[in-house]
Amino acid sequence: MIVTTGLTKRFGQVLAVDHVDLNVREGDRYGFLGPNGSGKTTVVRMLLGLVYPTSGSMEVLGAPVPQRVSAVLPQIGALIESPSAYGHLSGRANLMLIDSSGPRVPGGRRNRKDRVIEALDRVGLGEVDDRAVRKYSLGMRQRLGLAAALLRSPRLLVLDEPTNGLDPQGIREIRDLLTELNRGGTTIFLSSHQLSEIEQLCTRVGVVDRGRLVLQDDLALLRGPTGRVLVRTPDAAQAAAVLDDKVVDRDEDRLIIDDADVALVNKQLVGAGLRVTEIGPERRSLEDLVLSVTGAGSDRFGRTRAPATGGFSAVVSDGSGAARDVEVGRSSQ
Amino acid sequence: MIGVELAKLARRPRSWVAIALLCGLPILVAIFVAVTKVAPPPGQGPALLSAVLSNGSLFPAAALAIVLPIFLPISIAVVAGDAIAGEASAGMLRYLLARPVGRTRLLVAKLIALIAYVLFAVVAVAVTSYIVGIILFGDKPIALSSGSITSQGVIANSLSGTPLTPADIILRTVGAVAFIAVSMLGVGAIALFLSTLTDSSLAAALGAMAALIASATLVALNAAASISPYLPTEYWLAWLDFFRQPILWRDIDRGFAIQLVYVVVFLGAAWANFASKDVTS
Repeated sequence: MIVTTGLTKRFGQVLAVDHVDLNVREGDRYGFLGPNGSGKTTVVRMLLGLVYPTSGSMEVLGAPVPQRVSAVLPQIGALIESPSAYGHLSGRANLMLIDSSGPRVPGGRRNRKDRVIEALDRVGLGEVDDRAVRKYSLGMRQRLGLAAALLRSPRLLVLDEPTNGLDPQGIREIRDLLTELNRGGTTIFLSSHQLSEIEQLCTRVGVVDRGRLVLQDDLALLRGPTGRVLVRTPDAAQAAAVLDDKVVDRDEDRLIIDDADVALVNKQLVGAGLRVTEIGPERRSLEDLVLSVTGAGSDRFGRTRAPATGGFSAVVSDGSGAARDVEVGRSSQ
Repeated sequence: MIGVELAKLARRPRSWVAIALLCGLPILVAIFVAVTKVAPPPGQGPALLSAVLSNGSLFPAAALAIVLPIFLPISIAVVAGDAIAGEASAGMLRYLLARPVGRTRLLVAKLIALIAYVLFAVVAVAVTSYIVGIILFGDKPIALSSGSITSQGVIANSLSGTPLTPADIILRTVGAVAFIAVSMLGVGAIALFLSTLTDSSLAAALGAMAALIASATLVALNAAASISPYLPTEYWLAWLDFFRQPILWRDIDRGFAIQLVYVVVFLGAAWANFASKDVTS
């Protein structure tokens, strides 16, 4: 559905996107992850023909982009960065305008009203009144933006932070909607910096950091067993003694054993008369994975690198950002 | 797409407020003049206003002269400056282009909506002021106008002092309306070009106004006489020549030509810039 080769975009001195090779297959629920300012939005805009690449090539739904982008855009529904609408018009009027813009579709004018009503129904705005969008809540705007993306039953949905501003129920609702659409054959390309959103919805992830794609794989593979065993036991000290050379890490009652065979480890511990509260194969969390391949977001201008995701400190950069490029090059595929 | 753009313009309250103000100012002037019967002496104040007291059907021309220097260009610059930049700052530009609406198509639709707005604004001023003029100042000899020009059939004097018939006045007013519309299109083209450069419609509109003010300043400056024939505002008042007897075509022709050059150049620049620009708004 989406294949990019060596996709690069330079804004003046800033290299926003650096040789990105995306590969999204038909039927995927693809999660495009990355810290703020890592180039996600620029990639999305290039895929939709809004921003022209400096070099590299793209193919979306089989057509070269941006050369033939107008041929495939009618089959793409997009939510780009944030939903937008004409504030002085109602949600319904906005969708009518959006639907009447762009290329004609067979029966376009006649079925316009039905399409708009159906799209509003899908996102849970079916009963919305005629108030101006200016008076919508953030969640309502988000739903309206999604409705606009769904207007023409697209084959490919490109969504940037679609659950932004929604309450937990709304997030769940949208996730169910996207899963259902995906089951009906819609490929979903979801760009986000919210790991949980991607973890719960996507089948495949691509991680971008400072303009480079540092990871791209099936989520199931990425989160597969690491070949180590995780043990929780109140008798951690003794357990460590029993397993001795195989203990990789110990944190109070939690041990990580370098052995893929859970049953064998369990047998050894029980055989030594130790109590085991929890035992199983160790799995990497998506969070660990992403943090291991990405640096701090570009909204951080701290002097030293934060231990985890970083905050919003505004100390002037000492320019060490460039040097960190070396340590992050672990692109898979 | 053109219909969509026209609908957007028509549903925006601002468009109507601007038209109301445009029509309102000449009406205000007319009321003052009609009540006090004090017209500015010939050669002072808005052109043609002194002639209005004797005949209301000249008031459309006077009304156009009233709104031409500031009001009309401002409202055109606001609409044209908003064309692309307004969509960009509302965040709708990316959604329109992703719909997809081709960039050239969008620009053409905006341009046609702008032309429609310019024509509508100018004609609205002409028509309302004609009605107001007839009501307040009267149009005495309309019944006699079909006959030959008699002393009663003479309803107004041209700027050159020669009498004009009502049919003549209407024809000449149509010519003036067309000339002013083309001049305003020149303003619109500049604002539209600026609108593709920035994401702020205010900046685009003010930029176009700044260009006009700079032009007007240079036109008034004798030292800049060598370039003044090429400035956009140089022939803005040439449509007054429609009300001379005989019509003085020289400046009218030049004004048309210069405005066409501005329209073509700035629309070309707008297209070249917009078609190749990264949309990051």
